[in-house]
Formats: sequence, C-alpha cells, structure tokens
Amino acid sequence: MSDLRGIIVSHAAVAQALVAAVAAITGIEGALTPVSNEGCGTEALAQRISDAVGPGPAVLFVDLPGGSCFTSSARYAKQHADIAVVTGVNLAMLLDFVFHRDVSPDEAARRALDAGSKAIRVTAA
Amino acid sequence: MTLALYRIDDRLIHGQVVVGWGQPLNVTFIVLVDDEVRSSDWEQDLYRMGVPPTIEVRFASVDEAAHDLSTWEADSRVGILLVGDIDTAVALAERAPQVRRFNVGGVHHRTGRTERLRFVYLSEDEAKKLRALSARGVEVTAQDVPTARPVPVAEFT
Repeated sequence: MSDLRGIIVSHAAVAQALVAAVAAITGIEGALTPVSNEGCGTEALAQRISDAVGPGPAVLFVDLPGGSCFTSSARYAKQHADIAVVTGVNLAMLLDFVFHRDVSPDEAARRALDAGSKAIRVTAA
Repeated sequence: MTLALYRIDDRLIHGQVVVGWGQPLNVTFIVLVDDEVRSSDWEQDLYRMGVPPTIEVRFASVDEAAHDLSTWEADSRVGILLVGDIDTAVALAERAPQVRRFNVGGVHHRTGRTERLRFVYLSEDEAKKLRALSARGVEVTAQDVPTARPVPVAEFT
C-alpha cells in the first residue's frame, strides 16, 4: 500500500503551489498531484480528477467544503473504491501525509484531519 | 425583494454564486432548478454543503419552478435562481413567461463547443437557442462575477 497518492483539488493555482511547497520542504516528489478547476465545467473537472487519480488508491485533498472542487471530488469518491476526501487542505496536513502513505485512504484522511486541525492556532501576543 | 439573478452555470452552486454574487446582493435563498438534482437526495446534500446556514437552498424540477416562480418573485427576501444548462433555461422560460432575463455565468468547454468568452463555450445550436431566447424578449447577457461587464448576447453568440 505504499503507493497511496494525494490529489489536491483547488481553485486557481492553490494546488500547484502546495505541491511545490511540499517538494521544497521535504524533497519528496511524485506523491502529490495538483488539479485546478480553472476553466472547468463539471465534466471537465471530473475528467481531470480521474486522470490524476489513475488506478488509485488516493486521498483527494480539497480546498473548500463546498463548491465545484468539492462536489466533483465527492461524486468521484462515491463512484470509486479506495478514495477518501478531506476538505480544508493545508500545508501541515500534506507534510504529514507524504511521510505516512502506507495506510488506507480512510486512515490517511483521518490523519490529515488531525494534522491539519492542529496546525491552526492563534499565536499569543 | 425578488429573484435578483437568473443564472446559467454548469457548476450550479459554487463560490462565484454563493460568495461572488451572494454577498453583494445580500442573498438569503437559492433555487436550484434541475430535474436530475431534484430527484437525488445525495446530490442535494452535496450542493447544500457549500452554502452557509444563513442561505436557504430549494431544489425544483422545471415544472415545479414554472409553477412556483411567482411565489419566489414575490418573496420579501433576495434570491438567486440557478440552472445548469441552456436547455433548462429555455424550458423554464417557455413555461414561465415571467422570466425576463438570464445571466450566462459559466458554460464550459465540451466537444462540439467553441470558445465565445473565457467562461462561455457554446455549440452553434446553443448559440442559436440563446439568440432565440433573446428575440422572445428575455434579456440575455454573459457575466461571471458582479464586477465584470455584462456582455450582450449579440457579442458572444
């Protein structure tokens, strides 16, 4: 199961930038694939997600918990086995993910929720 | 107030609609007119997830929408009516003559369509249907976000 992959589905170039940041920090490349909804209707975005996932398994990291990126990702996950969806993608959850890919998509999604949530803090003045 | 926006957008409910138009218009309800979504609870849950709790979402078939349109137009709140494609817009306008305008907000690339605007791709048949809609007195313009210029139908069909 070491080939679990992460697909980041976002508006504009958010996904691309996150992939570049993870590579810059960890040196790990190829674990994450960016998908942008730029210029996409529902069908085109579904196709981009499908191309990025390939044979799977995969975790879909989505920017917002609603909207075209989310609806397309959730629909894809409903139609395919071995796909989990996490919303509110951030750099912290991706950094954790690339080092822990020997788990099931569901387990990786739970880890992402945990790592991503813990990274959101308000710094004391 | 009324239905402030009649919009054709193949993404249906998404950020541009909820935030881009919803905020400046102070929208408190969205009517999604789509026969397929209307018949699927799962799809309805999916579209509802992208909407803050302050905005009510209603789902309607074309027939239901034609029937209820006057009620929504008479609503004291501000709403947006959404359809996913040109055929649905035409079907609604045919059954409900009170439809006076349609905003083309997003019709994206697909085989057989050519680029008309950055966010509007149409087949010849679709362009013809929009011109016919306009000829019948429905004001048709293309505009993705409120800050953009509304492009008259003649310029993109």
